[in-house]
Amino acid sequence: MIGFNALIIVSVIYVIFLFAIAFFADQQAARGRLGWLQSPIVYTLSLSIYCTAWTFYGAVGYAARSGLEFVTIYLGPTLIMIGWWGIVRKLVRIGRTQRITSIADLISSRFGKSNLLGVLVTLLAVIGSTPYIALQLQSVTLSYAVFANESGTGTEAIDLNSTAFWIAVGLILFTVLFGTRNLDANERHHGVVTAIAFEAVVKLVALLAVGVFVVWGVANGPSDILARIDASPIAEWDLRPGRWAGLIFLSAAAFLSLPRMFQVMVVENADERAVATASWAFPLYLMLMSLFVVPIAVVGLELMPKGANPDLFVLTIPLSMGQDKLALLSFLGGFSSATSMVIVAAIALSTMVSNHIVMPIWLAVTSKGATVSGDVRQVVLIARRCSIAAVLGLGYAYFHYSGGGSALAAIGLISFTGVSQVLPALLGAIFWRRATRHGAALGLIVGFVVWCYTLFLPSIGGATLISPEMLEHGPFGIGWLRPQALFGVVGLDPVIHAVVWSMLLNSLVFCTVSLMTFPNPLERLQGMQFVNVFEHSANARGWSGNAAGAEDLLVMSQRILGPNQAQRLFQTIAQKQGKAGLLPDPSVDFLEQLERELAGSVGAATAHAMVAQITGGASVSVEDLMAVADETAQIMEYSSKLEEKTDELERTARQLGEVNTKLTELSVQKDAFLGQISHELRTPMTSIRAFSEILRDVQDMTPDEQRHHASIIHDEALRLTRLLDDLLDLNVLENGQVALNIEQTNLYDVIERSLAAALSAVESETLSVVRSIDQEQIMIATDGDRLAQVFINLINNARKYCDHAEPKLEVQVCLRENCVEIDFRDNGTGISQADQNLIFEKFSRLTDHHSAGGAGLGLAICREIMTNLKGSIDYLPGQNGAAFRVKLPLK
Amino acid sequence: MNRNRQLPFLEKRNYVRRRAEDAARLLPFLGGILLLLPILRNPIATPEHETGAGVLYVFAVWVMLIVIAARISFALSDRQTDEKGRKPHEKEHE
Repeated sequence: MIGFNALIIVSVIYVIFLFAIAFFADQQAARGRLGWLQSPIVYTLSLSIYCTAWTFYGAVGYAARSGLEFVTIYLGPTLIMIGWWGIVRKLVRIGRTQRITSIADLISSRFGKSNLLGVLVTLLAVIGSTPYIALQLQSVTLSYAVFANESGTGTEAIDLNSTAFWIAVGLILFTVLFGTRNLDANERHHGVVTAIAFEAVVKLVALLAVGVFVVWGVANGPSDILARIDASPIAEWDLRPGRWAGLIFLSAAAFLSLPRMFQVMVVENADERAVATASWAFPLYLMLMSLFVVPIAVVGLELMPKGANPDLFVLTIPLSMGQDKLALLSFLGGFSSATSMVIVAAIALSTMVSNHIVMPIWLAVTSKGATVSGDVRQVVLIARRCSIAAVLGLGYAYFHYSGGGSALAAIGLISFTGVSQVLPALLGAIFWRRATRHGAALGLIVGFVVWCYTLFLPSIGGATLISPEMLEHGPFGIGWLRPQALFGVVGLDPVIHAVVWSMLLNSLVFCTVSLMTFPNPLERLQGMQFVNVFEHSANARGWSGNAAGAEDLLVMSQRILGPNQAQRLFQTIAQKQGKAGLLPDPSVDFLEQLERELAGSVGAATAHAMVAQITGGASVSVEDLMAVADETAQIMEYSSKLEEKTDELERTARQLGEVNTKLTELSVQKDAFLGQISHELRTPMTSIRAFSEILRDVQDMTPDEQRHHASIIHDEALRLTRLLDDLLDLNVLENGQVALNIEQTNLYDVIERSLAAALSAVESETLSVVRSIDQEQIMIATDGDRLAQVFINLINNARKYCDHAEPKLEVQVCLRENCVEIDFRDNGTGISQADQNLIFEKFSRLTDHHSAGGAGLGLAICREIMTNLKGSIDYLPGQNGAAFRVKLPLK
Repeated sequence: MNRNRQLPFLEKRNYVRRRAEDAARLLPFLGGILLLLPILRNPIATPEHETGAGVLYVFAVWVMLIVIAARISFALSDRQTDEKGRKPHEKEHE
């Protein structure tokens, strides 16, 4: 006999093993070894979270009570999966192209990013799922109790509540650890998915093992079992047509609209081809899970004493036959079914709660918005973790206060009916372009209210919420409003009654209101993209591009995605547009891509609101939108080849335009340069000539006067030499004739030397320098003197041009994979975007040249030096001041 | 008949693929009808219980649907190409 303590130890070991699997899978994914993690088998197995403890324990109980009817719960999903080509494939494609994070996100995003709809779906999901999570906790604690009874400890010795409590705590820990590791929901939770795939195998093996034991161990093979079925009380069962058809429909609807199913089916999907495999493999899994349910129920009814709970036959049959190991396996199977469902449901619900409820509130409260407030990533992660704890806490509270008790199947069906209210809006979203957000919202509300009134409250609330008199005669004695006989239709099964009326009224309101209202332009465009997702993946939406400052967008994205990822994203897009540097043109495509990237972190509605804040409000005129839509429609008519060519032409045109402006600017500069150079040369020459004439012609001059004049001539000659040196230097560097003295140099020494040379004792007091000495200790193979020349120039620039009252220069060294980046950042006003393209040109001096004192060659020389050193120097926009990034290769 | 003659319609490969798509669309309807058939049984005309036979019928239909779905799924993923007309996955490795 297995002791209760041994059982606890086994489950703890099993849980540790699950942690190890999840950890290992996360490690593999982090190293980029995704091969088997994305295999269709893992995908199919992860879908099996449809089979919760309700299946594992409840199906047998259901069969013992209502015969073959239990199978309807698995026939609905079977029909959906073998019909994957129609619905599931489309959902997955939409999920991938629009970077959908949850079912609430899908509905909200399709209906014009309406956050109201997101909140509605989220609330519905939370209310519908809470009893279900409570059910899982209950089934695990019940199975513990079975073992405790068997081993003689007695139920009273174990506090069921505290067992449930510690299970809930363990689940919160696991879900927070592996479910909120990476923020971007589209980066997928490999650890969690692998762990639930493993649990899927455990529960299938456990149920099959019990089934095989029952058929060949207790009975004498299949024919004996068939005979026993016909002799058992189950044979008395008559198929009730209404329930049979209604439950097949209900399970199919719930399969599509359950938040946790959406999570594994759409959000975690990495490869559309996996759906093709799952289309037959998942029905096969369901079929195997159901195969031995009736035999187990029949044998259980024969063997077990009258009044034994049929929901626990899977455990009690092996225990009563003395098969301890089989019972233990069966216990682990039930444990797996419950935990995997709870984990995924918690992840799905927490994503919805944080994206649709917490984030919008947070954005509204911090009125200045995403650009100024702190790190949004932290807020999202914390919101998500708290939501996980809250969702599981709700489930535990429900378990605690309801005290358990009702048959498992009843809670399951009530929950299914609740979440299925999303179905009309969901199908409308992907198949009906003219469905509107008013229709979806009202339909949802009506369905939800009808469900609460006819099913949820009467069965959950007990007599407190709906009294027996009200059930019998209707509220205030109005007969046709009786909760279980709406409009005078009597005699229907309560569940079927609720399904029929809620779905009927829900769909009716959804369709009627959609037909009577007009969608706003954003809805129409989103509708076109969702419904015709296979025809065009190129999207169009109405951002009026010019309004947005690319630099502001960069600042905001840095806060959400992190500086590195944001800068990389902007750079890639800029390159695709054919532009150098970090800032792409704020084109419609770019804004859309950016919004989608952000949506992966904070949800579509929030991302839209954030980008809207920067682009100057979401107020896009209808004309603008229609223009964009027309444009897309036209482009779609071209073949893809032509489209590519157009893109290329556009890119070339943009490049040409850029080069042209640059050339014009250069030509102006050249003229200025000629004027400048003659001016620069003539001023010293004039004074040299004048003073040497004085020296020559004036006879009676004191030695002091002579020395004074001679020193002026000397100074001016020095100035001339410096200018000519600079010009010569530039010329040599440009022609690549420079001889570099490459040797191993310590970066710290170079920076130290440059600072000493650039800042004399007095001036260093005004300009404070912030450095990170530790990071500067890097050995690089380079020409130290030339590098120092670049640094001195940058430090001098900061000293001369930084106009802050307390000027500060920050020198930051960052080691990358094969290069090192040195950032020089001051706290002045920075350089305007128009000038950023010019500063590296010769003789470009942005301010009045008297204050600068140089000839405007410094940065041009710097750039040439860096090119010769195989590195680069760039202006770094968006840093609250002038900032330059020097990049050097390590070898 | 001259086999090299250009076909007036879709090339055979595409035709086979479209046929598989049609089958994929029809299959859930076939499944739905077969699984709903039991509700037509008239309990008054056949008073004796047939639960064992019912179990056999449902599981037989189930297995048949799985087999057909697998067949269609292979037909579709074998030739599955994405929009840019790239070759299927297996062919890239050949």
